[in-house]
Amino acid sequence: MQILYFAWLKTHTGTGQETVDPPEQVRDVAGLLDWLAGRSEAHAKALRDRQAVRVAVNQEYARPSDPVQPGDEVALFPPVTGG
Amino acid sequence: MIRVQREDFEIGAELDALTRDNPGVGGLCSFVGLVRDLHPDARTPDSESGEGRVHGEVRAMTLEHYPGMTEKMLRRIDAEAHRRWPLEASLVIHRYGRMEPGERIVLVATASAHRQAAFESCQFLIDWLKTKAPFWKLEETPDGGCWVDARVGDDAAAARWGRDDWAAE
Repeated sequence: MQILYFAWLKTHTGTGQETVDPPEQVRDVAGLLDWLAGRSEAHAKALRDRQAVRVAVNQEYARPSDPVQPGDEVALFPPVTGG
Repeated sequence: MIRVQREDFEIGAELDALTRDNPGVGGLCSFVGLVRDLHPDARTPDSESGEGRVHGEVRAMTLEHYPGMTEKMLRRIDAEAHRRWPLEASLVIHRYGRMEPGERIVLVATASAHRQAAFESCQFLIDWLKTKAPFWKLEETPDGGCWVDARVGDDAAAARWGRDDWAAE
C-alpha cells in the first residue's frame, strides 16, 4: 500500500511517501490512521488531530469507515487551500 | 477545459482563445486569484477597518498539489458547472510552485449566451475549487514557512451551491 503525505503532514512525518504493509486487521481508513500513528513518534504527532486530516483513497475523498486494501494509494493531507 | 501548470498565463490570450470562433457566446466572466502580501495572522482584531494591518509579511508562496487527483477533481467540478448552467465554454488554469506577491495563481473563465449563467458558474467554479481541489499554500514569512489554514468562510461559500456526494467534508 502506497501512503502519500502532503503539506504539513509531509513536514511532520518527514516523508512525502512510503510503502507500507499493514496487518490484515487494518480494513478501513480509521484503522489505517491508527496503525500509521504507531509507526513513529513523528507519525503520532502528525496524526494526533484526526479532525485536521483529510484522506483520499485512490484519489477519491474517503471517510473514516471507507475500506482500504493492499495496492491502494492512500493520501493524507490537511483541508485544501487552493484558489 | 482545465490546466494545472507551473508557468504563468496571459489572461487576454486565454480569454480570446476561449471564445474565438464561437459566436454563440454573449457573455464571458472571469476570476483571477493573486498572491497577497498579507499573512492572515498579521491582522489585528481591528481587521474590519483595515487599521493596524501589517503588510509585506508574505515574501512568497509555494503552491503544492496532488498530481493526478488535482486534475481529476478539477475536471469533475468543471463538468458539474456544465451540468448546472448552459455554458458554451469554460476554462480553469491553476498554477503550482513558488510565486511572489502580485503573481497570478488561478484563472477561472466561463462563457455563455447570457451573463447570468456566466457570472453564477464562474463563482461556483472558484468556490468549489477552493474547498475540493487538493492544493495547499505554504507562505514564506520572515519567521519561516507557514502552511495556510483552510478558512471557514470558504466552506460556507462552497456550501451555498449545495453538497456533492464525492468530496468528504
